[in-house]
Amino acid sequence: MNSYLEAHARERLDAVLDAGSFREFLPPSLRIVSPHLGQLDAPVSFDDGVAIGAGRLFGEPILVAAQEGGFMGGAVGEVHGAKLTGLLQRALLERPYAVLLLLESGGVRLHEANAGLIAVSEVMRALLEVRAAGIPVIALVGGSNGCFGGMGIVACCANAIVMSEEGRLAMSGPEVIETANGVEEFDARDRALVWRTTGGKHRYLLGDCQMLVADDSAVFRQAAFALMQECHAGVDAIALTLEALEAEQQFLQDRVDAFGAAVDPLDIWQKIGVADAVNLPMLEADVFVAATAQLRRRP
Amino acid sequence: MDWISLAGQLFPQGHTIVEQDNFLTGTAQVDGATVNVIGSSGHAPIGVEIALLQAQAVLATVRNFPQRPIVILVDTQGQRLRHRDEMLGINSYMAHLGKCIALARSQGHKIIGLVYDQALSGGFITSGLMADACFALPQATIRVMGLPAMARITKVPLERLTELAKSNPVFAPGPVNYLHMGGIEAIWDGDLALQMAQALRDANPQDRRSAAGLQRGGRSQAFPVAQAVLAHADAP
Repeated sequence: MNSYLEAHARERLDAVLDAGSFREFLPPSLRIVSPHLGQLDAPVSFDDGVAIGAGRLFGEPILVAAQEGGFMGGAVGEVHGAKLTGLLQRALLERPYAVLLLLESGGVRLHEANAGLIAVSEVMRALLEVRAAGIPVIALVGGSNGCFGGMGIVACCANAIVMSEEGRLAMSGPEVIETANGVEEFDARDRALVWRTTGGKHRYLLGDCQMLVADDSAVFRQAAFALMQECHAGVDAIALTLEALEAEQQFLQDRVDAFGAAVDPLDIWQKIGVADAVNLPMLEADVFVAATAQLRRRP
Repeated sequence: MDWISLAGQLFPQGHTIVEQDNFLTGTAQVDGATVNVIGSSGHAPIGVEIALLQAQAVLATVRNFPQRPIVILVDTQGQRLRHRDEMLGINSYMAHLGKCIALARSQGHKIIGLVYDQALSGGFITSGLMADACFALPQATIRVMGLPAMARITKVPLERLTELAKSNPVFAPGPVNYLHMGGIEAIWDGDLALQMAQALRDANPQDRRSAAGLQRGGRSQAFPVAQAVLAHADAP
């Protein structure tokens, strides 16, 4: 078993894509670095924390990006964001089988806050243009920094998300909420609560991710390809449609109606009928999926 | 500026905008045509409910009034910072709002954003920043976070950040910095109605913000880096 969680961005690319198929665009040898970090005496990275390029998945040509959590938590600065946007724009010209995003990010890089914020919105718009062109976009979330802030929004713009149980997907980090509204609002040191609130299993039960897998790059690889095939089997659903978004509106409204009064994710798990909800965190991914696949909410 | 005086100045030909729990919705007349208006007021924190209300208003416009322009009036302190919102998956709700606006654009609706008071991070990224073009009033506050908080997190002394902010628009809040970086198309002063009418005439569905950021000197790398990705070819 090859842990996705513990791997670096390029190790993940090697393990998820067909062996030896990854060709990087703007590789570190070109030394395209952030123009802003130097004046803050912050270290730069020759890839600005993201590797992008082309590769193959089960023989199909795809474009792919992998954020490197080891550099500033995968946060999005001007160059990092422009690499993602450029990759998505390139997809419109190349028309790959799919675009695959290996997301690991705390969101906007605060050292270049304004540029990062605009960059994330450019990524969002470029991603939705790719879907509008009928090209599926699949996101993988299983890195130790999770997928937060603007990138948590970007992930939900994809056609489908694969998460591991260790993956976390949310908007504001627990520390940010605790700082703003106190430890009684959200205790960021309560790791079990953080996990229950943002972790892959909870997201799977709510229907925010389509697949929940074990922390194994080979399993992520299988899941990504399965979801791409599923998208191509229903090509009319790749782009946004009014009907699909009306259904999503209802789905998200139903969630607030059903679970809006819950205090802890555990209340939600019990409410959807999970037997022995208290022990869900202990289950291996496949056992968990077998126990909850029929119960979980889905759009 | 409060939303009532704003609406009066933006839409002198009349409007039906109402506010409930900081959610703005209604119609307005511009150049003799009807536009639909959505938005927020009172520096609203954007939680799951208000995100859904705005999304619903956009979808209803697409469903019932094909190609009618949409105006988004932005005043938000950002996403709501509550455990409940995170538990419910607020990022899905924010993304849903952004997707609804993108759908409207793809269906031929022109979309104009206007920051008339505050715009912060998560509340801004799925509203004004999803418009064809976003504008701001001169006294608007636009930011990810203030310099003191940024100094704490980045461990760069506040004095240093303040000094750097004078020459580099990426650090400091403010509509002028967002203008230089291309995130804001223009800052409106004077006759707001005339500028709204002009913005609706000029609305363009292409995202031209990185090119504008380069041209205006606020973001030197975004456009060339994206272009380099498009042009990248493997060495022979």
